[in-house]
Amino acid sequence: MNHDDPWGTTIFDGRSARRGYALNKMCYSFNEAANRARFLQDEDAYCKDYDLNDLQRAAVRNRDVLAMIDAGGNIYYLAKLAGIFGLGVQDVGAQQTGMTVEAFRAKLLAAAG
Amino acid sequence: MARIVGGIGTSHIPAIGLAMARNQCAEPYWKPFFEAYAPVRGWLEEVRPTVAVVIYNDHGLNFFLDKMPTFAVGAAPEYQNADEGWGLPTLAPFSGDAEFSWHLIESLAAADFDLTTCQEMRVDHGFVVPLQLLWPGPGGCPVRTIPIHVNTVQHPLPSPARCLRFGEALGRAIESWSRDERVVVLGTGGLSHQLDGQRAGFINKPFDLFCLEKIVNEPDVLARLTIRELVEHAGTQGPELIQWLMMRGTLGPGVRQMQRNYHVPISNTGSGLLLLEKAA
Repeated sequence: MNHDDPWGTTIFDGRSARRGYALNKMCYSFNEAANRARFLQDEDAYCKDYDLNDLQRAAVRNRDVLAMIDAGGNIYYLAKLAGIFGLGVQDVGAQQTGMTVEAFRAKLLAAAG
Repeated sequence: MARIVGGIGTSHIPAIGLAMARNQCAEPYWKPFFEAYAPVRGWLEEVRPTVAVVIYNDHGLNFFLDKMPTFAVGAAPEYQNADEGWGLPTLAPFSGDAEFSWHLIESLAAADFDLTTCQEMRVDHGFVVPLQLLWPGPGGCPVRTIPIHVNTVQHPLPSPARCLRFGEALGRAIESWSRDERVVVLGTGGLSHQLDGQRAGFINKPFDLFCLEKIVNEPDVLARLTIRELVEHAGTQGPELIQWLMMRGTLGPGVRQMQRNYHVPISNTGSGLLLLEKAA
């Protein structure tokens, strides 16, 4: 989050875009199936090719979405990384809110009011 | 002359495309969502549009952050869908109409809107899911298409007021085209949803209903909101409402509401559906 963003929210602006460029560029490459396979084969080498900084590398290693966002990741690109592990937006939402996927789904259903 | 037969507002989230690919449309979770599209499909069969102008945001298929246009207009004879990385099946290419595209580009530039023009453009779920929803048959999409991308990925985004004005200019551009086309304009995305951050899963039903109400006869009320207010009230993906405002702008001041539906949730999203015709 940048200091003036709404609670629990990062507005992906120029600050984030600059901070996260390498990470987002790597994730953009995952549109190609061959690149997804290369990442799975040798994650370290793949991250090195894209010059991830230490924060970004640690966030990816730990599969920690909030840390990726703090390191400048944009959710649309991060979704392509999550896709490699078969994770969808509800899995990612559950992780970020510290809930089980079932509890996160129940929260969404409760929005019907 | 070309004529705008109507405007449609619809969600474009990938989960809709996945549900269709997996034949889940009749399951209890999805049934009320898909059922609401039946009257809209009936309307399309009746008015038989020849061209769909599809206003959407690319989510990292065609555009990366190296170059991010605020408004980009497709000007290709055909648009390819492609792998986005998380399992949505790739659809057959969509037909374009490059001559009509260039007319729109000329006309919008003359109205002082600065555009990126794309003679090649890969179209992602934001574009293909609405077309699939509206024309789900095995024959695929029967109309020629013109994609218009709006940046809702990297702030600063164009303001709601700017987008409504863009839509008004787009409407004049469409209706000054010399060929006899029946044009439907799709405003896609929204309504409230937030995929990222500790506030992930945020949905705001009262605000979504407010937007669905106001966009029909008082779009200026929504155009006065800031992007920041849209993020606060509708989540990080909520600014996609600007694509609905662009669609609404093409229809002129008076409209007839033919269909309106709200269903929550589909996946992480509050889903709106709106069908408007221009008032006679």
